[in-house]
Amino acid sequence: MSFAKRILYVDLTTGKTEVKPLDMKLAKEYIGGIGLGMKLWLDHSEAGVDPFSPENPLIFMTGPLTGTMAPSAGNSYAVVSKSPLTNTIGEAKAHGFFGSEIKRAGYDLIIFTGKAEKLVYVWIDDDSVQILDAEHMKGMSPAETDETIRETLGDFYIRVSAIGEAGEKLCRIGCIINDEYRAIGRGGMGAVMGSKNLKAVAVRGTKDVDVSDPEAFTEFVRTVHERMKGPATRKYRTLGTPENVLVLNALAALATRNFTNATFEGAEKVSGETLSEKYVKKIIGCATCGMRCDHIAVVPEGQYKGSTSRVEFECLWSCGPLCGVDRLDAIIEAIRLADYYGMDGISIGVIVAMAMDCYENGVITDKDTDGLKLNFGNHEALVEAIKRIGTRTGWLGDTFAEGTKRAAEIIGKDAYKYANHIKGMELPGYDLRTLQTAALGFSVSFRGACHLRSGAYSPDVKGKVDRFKIEAGRGKMIMDGEDLYNVVDSLILCKFSRGVMYDGLKDMAKYYELATGIPMNADDLLMAGERINNLARVINIREGGGTRKEDTLPWKILNFPVPEDCIGKGVYVKQAEFDIGLDDYYKVRGWTKNGVPTPEKLKQVGLEDLIPIVEKKL
Amino acid sequence: MPTIHEKKFVSGDPSKCIGCCVCEYACSMKHENTYNPTKSRIRAIRLNSFVNLAVSCRLCEDSPCVAACPRDALRQSEENGTIMIDEDKCNGCGWCIEACDYGAIQLHPDTRKVFVCDLCEGNPQCVEWCPEEALDFTTKDVVSQKARITAVKKLFQDALSSEE
Repeated sequence: MSFAKRILYVDLTTGKTEVKPLDMKLAKEYIGGIGLGMKLWLDHSEAGVDPFSPENPLIFMTGPLTGTMAPSAGNSYAVVSKSPLTNTIGEAKAHGFFGSEIKRAGYDLIIFTGKAEKLVYVWIDDDSVQILDAEHMKGMSPAETDETIRETLGDFYIRVSAIGEAGEKLCRIGCIINDEYRAIGRGGMGAVMGSKNLKAVAVRGTKDVDVSDPEAFTEFVRTVHERMKGPATRKYRTLGTPENVLVLNALAALATRNFTNATFEGAEKVSGETLSEKYVKKIIGCATCGMRCDHIAVVPEGQYKGSTSRVEFECLWSCGPLCGVDRLDAIIEAIRLADYYGMDGISIGVIVAMAMDCYENGVITDKDTDGLKLNFGNHEALVEAIKRIGTRTGWLGDTFAEGTKRAAEIIGKDAYKYANHIKGMELPGYDLRTLQTAALGFSVSFRGACHLRSGAYSPDVKGKVDRFKIEAGRGKMIMDGEDLYNVVDSLILCKFSRGVMYDGLKDMAKYYELATGIPMNADDLLMAGERINNLARVINIREGGGTRKEDTLPWKILNFPVPEDCIGKGVYVKQAEFDIGLDDYYKVRGWTKNGVPTPEKLKQVGLEDLIPIVEKKL
Repeated sequence: MPTIHEKKFVSGDPSKCIGCCVCEYACSMKHENTYNPTKSRIRAIRLNSFVNLAVSCRLCEDSPCVAACPRDALRQSEENGTIMIDEDKCNGCGWCIEACDYGAIQLHPDTRKVFVCDLCEGNPQCVEWCPEEALDFTTKDVVSQKARITAVKKLFQDALSSEE
């Protein structure tokens, strides 16, 4: 049985720790990972809790496969809490080496509550849990923190998950980083950690992680390894996700200069091909994985010489084309800095792009930027702005550390037109004007703008639909994608490896059952996926969001047609079509026209106890 | 006993190893029927992204670990050169651990006796599983041969490609 069946509670205010049994009924109904994490967050919090208050639980989750040899799922963890960006449920996942250590220490999850008096880290050595002083690590990067802790405690194999200066200073896009390059990236989970004065979690686990059927499980893992050498993972093993740069540019879907243009004249210069040829020095991977995807890039010469970071498409896009920057060396440095201060590498680029757009349009001036020339394409300004935001330096840094939504509110005037977020979370790298299934999908995502909640860009990119419009039928595609991804994120399978589950949910059920011994089939998982989506929606409703008026799109997507000559010229999302899309989605979800799950739907998915939360909204 | 030229051991190639630890999981499953890297007879080290290597017993001649044991708990197999541990004699004192230059012999977390690579009856599971083909079950002679071939290929890259 690969569950440890134990929850570790750490109260940072009192310093008390406690171990309680995990209710195994929940482990079946919510799988693990984000599903179980969100359920436990709901059960352990009061409605309307402030994300930065000590009462907001911060939950480190493992999945049912964590600690086993399962490629990509054996090494993972998720963090669930209320997001300071969206003010509703937040969750993010990361792989690497850290996650399995929690399971080997004998816990399925850790619930942190309270707030330490000064900066601390929690040291979990199997059954021993200590809260130790971290004041000497104030301002250190996650990687420096990791190294310092391992040196202090004297064990190379201790794994650490930590925040940087951004998280300490409650920068709302603060992330949590483990194993140098792996981030609990989105939704500001690192800022929540900072609000608790929790600098890091260090774990050493030496216990066994058993699976219920070792022989059949190992055989299945062997099959997955074989599949990982095949076509389903080719992209990740070769050029990696930066391959998307030229693909999206050709589709007029490479959002450029803060979603002004949909194509980038410098695309070739920042393409995956160029990156691979000139900068990628080694491709490495996570624990237990049969593929490798971490493209470690090093700048060989020039003003950013020696700068090293792990480059994926999203951060390359946000710090590159979106800011009009066509220099990979500067982009590599920008990503390194985001990791150094501990900020979401997607949001940071979208925030700087907003600042640039405001500057170019006179909404902010040299006086606001302390003379920083925030023009599109100015790579030195990009790098400087990231430093200021990561450290909350000056008006610029302090304002934009609040994220695009709040920055727009602080600045006022026309700033809202340049704030590209949904529910407060910054858009990822897809131009939603020319990928309109994605537009609808991102708008209804429970954690805000996100390509990984439904993969709704897929029908657009693959040419399965007319991507320049929204029409009935898209709702079902989005729902199916969401329910599947809820399962993937609850098993905490890496999405890069989703393609090796040749039999989809059937393979995933087999994985779960062989590891845990708990009977599971594809229908159970599909139901769990739907249950989890409804759960998240109800949580958001409890927290004051989660209805139609929150399912929106940024101003530019709805009002600013693609201006340049390209296949997408003149395209934008029309409000009337978007409304049809929302109606369609709510209908297939069994929700009201206002986007609220009905009591019947909640009963059907086994969430009848949540009916009182939605009743007032019906 | 096979000569030093004939003894096969698990050799790791740092240019291929990515530190993924699949070898550790395969080893612990084979020997302990569970997943637990701390019970693996091979351990991967990632110093940083660029420097990774998995290390296990190198079957030294006149093994220092055997010589170091004050209780005669260790001996080297006549058949394949692996280090065999008499668990009744071993008291976990760790002299052998200090004697090993490679950190290949370790203290078992449960039994508190030392444990080391046994080559899986001639079919090392770490080699079998390594996704990067970074591990080889081979002799030192073959390792040096391969290195020579790689070096020469690199030197004469142009000549080789024009042949094609």
